[in-house]
Amino acid sequence: MAARVQVPAKAKKGEIVEVRILIQHPMETGYRLDDVGHPIKRNVITLLSCRYNGVEVFRADLSSGIAANPYIQFYTVADRSGEIEFTWIDDEGKPGSERQSIEVAA
Amino acid sequence: MRRLALAALLVAAAAAAQERAIPLEKLKSGSTFLGDDLRSLQDDDFANPGLLWVERGEKLWSEPAGRTKQSCASCHQDARSTMRGVAARYPKIDAESGRLLDLEGRINLCRARRMGAEPFKYESEELLALTAYVARQSKGMPMDVSIRGAARPRFDAGEKAYHLRRGQMNLSCAHCHEANWGKRLLSETISQGHPNGYPVYRMEWQTLGSLERRLRACLSGIRAEMLPYGSPEYLDLELYLAWRAQGLPIETPGVRR
Repeated sequence: MAARVQVPAKAKKGEIVEVRILIQHPMETGYRLDDVGHPIKRNVITLLSCRYNGVEVFRADLSSGIAANPYIQFYTVADRSGEIEFTWIDDEGKPGSERQSIEVAA
Repeated sequence: MRRLALAALLVAAAAAAQERAIPLEKLKSGSTFLGDDLRSLQDDDFANPGLLWVERGEKLWSEPAGRTKQSCASCHQDARSTMRGVAARYPKIDAESGRLLDLEGRINLCRARRMGAEPFKYESEELLALTAYVARQSKGMPMDVSIRGAARPRFDAGEKAYHLRRGQMNLSCAHCHEANWGKRLLSETISQGHPNGYPVYRMEWQTLGSLERRLRACLSGIRAEMLPYGSPEYLDLELYLAWRAQGLPIETPGVRR
């Protein structure tokens, strides 16, 4: 599954920066039926976590009712140069991750 | 004599203007009928969900496939320059076979003819991704298909199909998209039905889809029989729609309701 992460490539120390992620995922609700009437098993991303140089700065518990290919954005404070890494896992136990580096000037 | 020539010129200009189904100044892309939220999502170069497919298509572009172990890039090099403006001219007659092809058909023909690879299935992730990637290279360029020569009979058939009443509701495309665009249909505003954003990400589908899929949705909406994927009648319609939208900038990947 593809994902896109966007953080500013450069920031000043202490600056509030916008972090955005778009993940390709069906987010199957579990409430739908297939063509012959059998329920389609739920498969949503259940946990999304974002670490900034190893420290968790954002976490979301997702569930049914969130659209396919979820898009999430939040803000964090630019602290040190390094990596912003997202990890997630869905109902099928399939993990995903995507990272982006940020350069912080003092 | 000069005045006569000028008059003739004006008549010719007027005739050319009438060659359009909708006058240029009244031509509106589907995105103008959206709410601000979806329009800004489409214009967002990061959050537009269709870009997930465009990115996938970019990777597929240089992935070797088939017997010849060639990729699209082996012949066409950098799509950013070689594919610029290509989508604006499709559907188009393939000179070698005389067949009318949309972008999907062209990609699959290339796979068969040059790569010795299996064609991608309709609405497969791969076909949507490559189509979206190729069409994206023409973003902002005006639609400009040719309806001359061998394309003309297909265009005429498309025009006929566009105006054909069908289904339990006995409606043609024109009843909504020609005579009633801009009016409300339940909670939605009826668009002019232009194909300049395809493949589009539709909220209703929660995924990217082709123009054929959209045509099928329209047929189902008027309770008409859906033609199978790949039917020549879809291609005729696609050509007519592209001609009808001539001048509209390409928006791929569009975002629609």
